[in-house]
Parts: sequence; structure tokens; C-alpha cells
Amino acid sequence: MFSLMKEKARLLDKETIARTLMRIAHEILEKNKGIDDVCFVGIRNRGVYLAHRLAACIKTIEGKEAPVGALDITLYRDDLTLIAAQPLVRKTEINFDITEKNLVLVDDVLYTGRTVRAALDELIDFGRPKSIQLAVLVDRGHRELPVRADYVGKNVPTSANETVEVRLTEVDGKDEVVIIEKD
Amino acid sequence: MAWIRKDLLGLEDLNKEEIELILNTAESFKEVSTREIKKVPALRGKTVVNLFYEPSTRTRVSFEVAAKRLSADVINIAAQESSVRKGETLIDTGRNIEALKADIIVIRHSASGAAEILARNVSVSVINAGDGWHEHPTQALLDIFTLKEKLGRIEGFKVSIVGDIAHSRVARSNIWGLTKLGAQVTVCAPRILIPPGIEQMGAKITDNIDEALSCADAVNVLRMQFERDEENAFPDQLDYFKKFGITEERLKKAKKNIIVMHPGPINRGIEMSSAVADSPSSVILEQVTNGIAVRMAVLFLVSQGHDQKNDDIN
Repeated sequence: MFSLMKEKARLLDKETIARTLMRIAHEILEKNKGIDDVCFVGIRNRGVYLAHRLAACIKTIEGKEAPVGALDITLYRDDLTLIAAQPLVRKTEINFDITEKNLVLVDDVLYTGRTVRAALDELIDFGRPKSIQLAVLVDRGHRELPVRADYVGKNVPTSANETVEVRLTEVDGKDEVVIIEKD
Repeated sequence: MAWIRKDLLGLEDLNKEEIELILNTAESFKEVSTREIKKVPALRGKTVVNLFYEPSTRTRVSFEVAAKRLSADVINIAAQESSVRKGETLIDTGRNIEALKADIIVIRHSASGAAEILARNVSVSVINAGDGWHEHPTQALLDIFTLKEKLGRIEGFKVSIVGDIAHSRVARSNIWGLTKLGAQVTVCAPRILIPPGIEQMGAKITDNIDEALSCADAVNVLRMQFERDEENAFPDQLDYFKKFGITEERLKKAKKNIIVMHPGPINRGIEMSSAVADSPSSVILEQVTNGIAVRMAVLFLVSQGHDQKNDDIN
């Protein structure tokens, strides 16, 4: 059953998302002292588009391309036997070696930390990166696991009956981040 | 679209969307076998029992590899050597396996309908790995998956199935699956090996191999199951090869990019020449690789299916 949802506030619009990603790109360059050895892996679905955008930002700054991969964490979820709505298994595509790379894992919203835990387990099965760093567009708190992001677009205190929705042009037709309240 | 079935018994029962869900899920699973660590934890802690009443190497090994790549534990039971010999019925065997707390039973049986009988009497998931002359859904799914990979889609393409249609669960499952996805299916065999009812399933019939090949985008060549020829009614092997064997000469008259499939094991020089089996048209080994992905998808999906669980017992 659908519960009634209402949009409570708009946190980021198209321009602020673009500026935020550019700022994170600069932070990634600063922390890793350049872009050599850096690669991006986005968590499906929206993390992948954000990873491509970060790589594009880096290209405009440095003129260099970093490889971008896509990770589907469904098979590594800790709630596979619990969830009522069955998840669709999508493709993981990491067509480069992550060993000895500084890997930037990208997702749209950081919440309980369970998705990141699953992603870390899956990445380790692909190789041994020099480091894994986490970039998220929104951190909404309420962690259930000891997970922390290295790059945060916006910290947003939320309550449990709210959700944060990141909408991206590639999937949703427009760029915005909104808080939605469940009645 | 979600998968709701506890079991996979045949393609006759499935609708187009369910078949497509399996194929799409298999596409995602194919990548797992290309990793350095070819394993995901999706079925960790689950037990898969391969219950085989008929000898089978390739299907059993394929299911075993698929289950292991999903981190499930696998038990193989060759039922010919087991307590079946002491008179245990299929249902009792199934309930004993259930009592061991297994989660999925993969069954191969010489009796048509065996998988369904088992599925109705146990609450664990049942996957049909071939029942008599009835269905062999995962084989057809991997054939269709391979075709889709090569052709981009199934709809509108023409597939000919050549060989022993009468004794073939592979043919039956392929006809159901392919026609549901919009392909045109032609079966080609000596009249004696074409069973009644094939046309009602939506396939055309011919006993002229050149006609079957002339406009086909793919040809699925079935093994001649001479071991089933108890009445000695089959054509002589050499005679069969002359009239129905797929040779390079015959393929020259077919479409240039025709895809040649075979579920294995191949009898070289009976259903097809060695040259054809090893030619670039042949996707026989790709079928084996794709079989793993398709079976991973099926194991994963039935383990997620909830509906009939517990409803069907007693």
C-alpha cells in the first residue's frame, strides 16, 4: 500500500548540485594529490550517474579521465531474505583493475550504512584497492553501522518518517534533492 | 515485475514477462563468472539438493557450479544408487530432503510430471532439470538467452529445431519459450519423430531439412536419442545423417549468419558434421557458459519466490 507522501523541502536544485559536485571533485583531487590512480565506482542506480558526473568535473579541472564503474549490490544485501519487494538484480560493470587504486565509491544518499557495507564486501571481491573513499551527495544520518563518508555534498538532519530523494536528469528528467514526509 | 513462484517446472506455465525477468536477471549474473573471485553471497547458508534419477553430467554440473557461485551448499544425490532402489517413493524422498532443511531441490526424472508431483508435496522450491519427454526449462532458457545475446531480441526471428522432437523435453520447452517471446518455430524431423500436438503449441512442421534451414535465423540441433529407440523404429544413423544431418554444404544454402545450437552431448557425424560443430556459426560452448548464468538466475529467483510456499502441502 502506498502511504501518502508530501514534499517537505527542496534541499538542492540543479545549480547547487552542479556546484556541490565540482567542490567534491576538487576535494578528491586535493586528497589524492591529483587524479592518477583514482577510479570511480558508483552504486546503482543513481550513484553511477553521480560517479560519471564527478569524473566529468575532474576532466574539466585536470583534463584527465578517470575510469568509472558501476556496482549492483543486490547480491550482497544483508536483508535479501527479509525484503518484501523483490529487488531486481542489475549488472555490475567494473571493466578495469581496482588493485592499488584509490577508489572513490559514490552513492546518492548515505543513511543506515548497510548499502555501503555491501558495496565494500563486493569491491573487495574484485581486488585490493590502495584505499576506498566514500562520496555521497547527501548524508541524512541515522547510521546503523560504523560508516563515514569522506566527501559529503550536504549534511541533512532528518527524522525517521522522512526520506531524502535524489532526482537526476539521467533517470528522473530533472536535477533536485527533496525531503519527503510520510504521513 | 517480481518473481512470485516457489518453483520452476516448465515454460508452459510462465508468461512472457516472467521469461524476460529470468533472461534479464541472467544477464546480470553472467558478469559474476568473469570476476577473479567468481562468487557472490546471495544464497549463503542455503542448501541446494541435486536429485537426479537419470544420469546427467552437464546439467548437474551446471546447476552445481551455478549454486556454488551463489555461495549455496550443494548436495548431489544420484537416485539410481540411493534408497530409491530400496523402494522409496519420490514424495517420500522429497520429504526426507525437506526434513534435512534443504531450500531448493533440482530434480531430473525420467517420468513426465515428476517435478510437478514433487513440487506439490514439498514446501521447498523445486526446479525441473528435465522430466521425461515433458520439459527442460533451464535448457530452453539458456538456448533463448544465447539467441537473444546474438540477435538482440527474439521477436520476429525464425528458429528451426531439428532432430528427435518426439522424445525431446528440450524441444517442447524451446517451443513454449520461443513462441511466447514472438519467434516463429519450425520443427524438422522424420515423421516418426514428430509427436502429435506440436502444431497446437504454435510450431510449424516439416520433414525437409533444406526447407527448415532456408529461412531460419537459428537452428537448434537436438541429439538423436538412440538409447530410447526400444522398438527399433528410428532411422539408421547414417541414413539420418544423409537426410537430416547439418553439414557445411547444407548451411551454404541457409542464411549467411545462421546460428547453430546444440544442447549437447553432440554425436558428431549423426546430427551434424564435425566441421559445423566447430565452425564460427556454432555457439555450442557459449550455451554452456550461459547455462551457468541462467541457472544462477533461476536459483536466485525461486529462492525469492514466496507465494505458494506452504499453501500447497496437504
